[in-house]
Amino acid sequence: MVTALATPMVVADRVSKSFGSNEVLKSISLEVQSGEVMCLVGPSGSGKSTFLRCINHLEVVSSGRLSVDGELIGYREANNRLYEMRPKEAARQRRDIGMVFQRFNLFPHMTALQNVMEAPIRVKGLSKAGVEANARALLARVGLAERADYYPAHLSGGQQQRVAIARALAMEPKLMLFDEPTSALDPELVGEVLDVMQNLARDGMTMIVVTHEMGFAKEVADSLVFMDGGVVVESGHPSDVLTNPQHARTQAFLSKVL
Amino acid sequence: MADTAANGRPTEPGIKAIRLRHPWRNIFAVVLLLIVALFIADAAVRPAFDWPAVGKYIFDQRISQAAFVTLQLTVYSMIIAIILGVTLAIMRLSPNPVVSSIAWVYLWVFRGTPVYVQLVFWGLIGTIYQSIDIGLPFTEPWVSFPTRVALSAFILAIVGLALNEAAYMAEIVRAGLLSVDSGQEEAATALGMSWFQTMVRVIVPQSMRVIIPPAGNEVISMLKTTSLVTAIPFTLELYTRSRDISAVTFETVPLLIVASMWYLFFTSILMVGQYFLEKRFARGIGDRRPNKKADGATASMTGVTPVVGGNQPTVVLPPTDPPTDPPTDPPTDPPNDPPNDPPTDPPNDPPNDPPNDPPNDPPKGDR
Repeated sequence: MVTALATPMVVADRVSKSFGSNEVLKSISLEVQSGEVMCLVGPSGSGKSTFLRCINHLEVVSSGRLSVDGELIGYREANNRLYEMRPKEAARQRRDIGMVFQRFNLFPHMTALQNVMEAPIRVKGLSKAGVEANARALLARVGLAERADYYPAHLSGGQQQRVAIARALAMEPKLMLFDEPTSALDPELVGEVLDVMQNLARDGMTMIVVTHEMGFAKEVADSLVFMDGGVVVESGHPSDVLTNPQHARTQAFLSKVL
Repeated sequence: MADTAANGRPTEPGIKAIRLRHPWRNIFAVVLLLIVALFIADAAVRPAFDWPAVGKYIFDQRISQAAFVTLQLTVYSMIIAIILGVTLAIMRLSPNPVVSSIAWVYLWVFRGTPVYVQLVFWGLIGTIYQSIDIGLPFTEPWVSFPTRVALSAFILAIVGLALNEAAYMAEIVRAGLLSVDSGQEEAATALGMSWFQTMVRVIVPQSMRVIIPPAGNEVISMLKTTSLVTAIPFTLELYTRSRDISAVTFETVPLLIVASMWYLFFTSILMVGQYFLEKRFARGIGDRRPNKKADGATASMTGVTPVVGGNQPTVVLPPTDPPTDPPTDPPTDPPNDPPNDPPTDPPNDPPNDPPNDPPNDPPKGDR
């Protein structure tokens, strides 16, 4: 699945992020290849979500460089200097990066279908008819064709999260970020969301998934990164890291969650 | 009252029990009715109220014209106040410190001084600035005309009311914008929507639910505040006109009653309008039922129509869970198996509409 010759989809080079004096990310360096599924695991407060949010510029990195598909995020480089991007340019970069949130964040005043159609129409300026056909197809893909005209309040958590995935896919992103997509769900609804994500991975989508679902990480991910205290403690193939962790911190964490 | 118990909760139709009695409540109601009846009987014959005079003036052309002027003042100044208020609210939330400071100073001045004083100032504007010049500073103006000609008392009244009201509207709108969950802005931003698109398409529509009730209050308040424009002086609105007539005819009380009736009439209309606006913006949030189209589709698909107890009184359960939560007992469908999606309603869905709850808009064709 991993193509070694192509440029990596995501390259983080010594990325740090501080909120005031609190250093949340400390010099994170990693690469995600095109088509790779990477799971980020670790205790809460380890900086997983912050790192994810840096990738689509919802947070601005304090130092280091972060690029997606060879393009530097948030800055333009010219004459050996970095220039802060205009909001418009940052928005253009975000179009190609889909994001799924822990709390779904569907637009409650729009139906499932309208949620999925909103960005392609407003951001890409596509015609309504084509967008609607595509949106219905996407809802069918996440198993919600029958629920297109429901408002989010009338959908279960699992259904809402699947709509949120369809909404992100509608922009035809080259990278999908999942920020604990199943953490707000009832246990019995987790499976339906993970199934959708697994299908997505099978179709070759590049994905970075912050999760506590070790079963999913083992089964679907190509690589697993364990973070703690803002640093990458250990990374490698999921089965290696999960079954044979090298660091004491990883061992301690996995012994609690597995 | 067959289907609702005394505490406002629905009763169970399947249970036969002696209803809890409330003797004191009934006695209090009867006493209250007696007092009101006595007051009405007395007022009907009390000479000071002079009902024949009320009847004579209620549809007097001078009064109805003045009532129309009051309505115009309210509508025009509210429209300007809402536009300016939304602008000020967005300015105050702007990351640009220059812009947010301008909005802050505006609010400080216009909320910090009485509207009556402001209106007197607007009345004096023709004395303070005798002409309006358009051109570059320190050169001969290109156009110049006297202020008194350019700005009639009517326009000054609207400007005075609107600029004052905008400061209050700005705070109402700001509270509404802040009430929207920050995740909404993040989701829109992550989709690549611009700040402006996020505001117009995502934040503002959701904030309307919070904005409309206090904004409705402001409209009703504005209707009555128009009576202060006599400070400008502008004398053609309802209250001042009634006072002017009664000053000549000495029918003070009847004309006050006439004016009050017109104010009440307009207020009632505004309240009805507010009700429908609130329903419109509660879409997807206030209602606990799928929209009609989707509902019909599920019912016909499965043949499951919720019917509770035939001729029995309808059970109407109040929506208990907060609107942002996902349904507590969602229909569990097998993962990735779309055709078998069981369309069973969550159990706390009211099976029948409460009588005053018109069906919701269909999802499409609403913009």
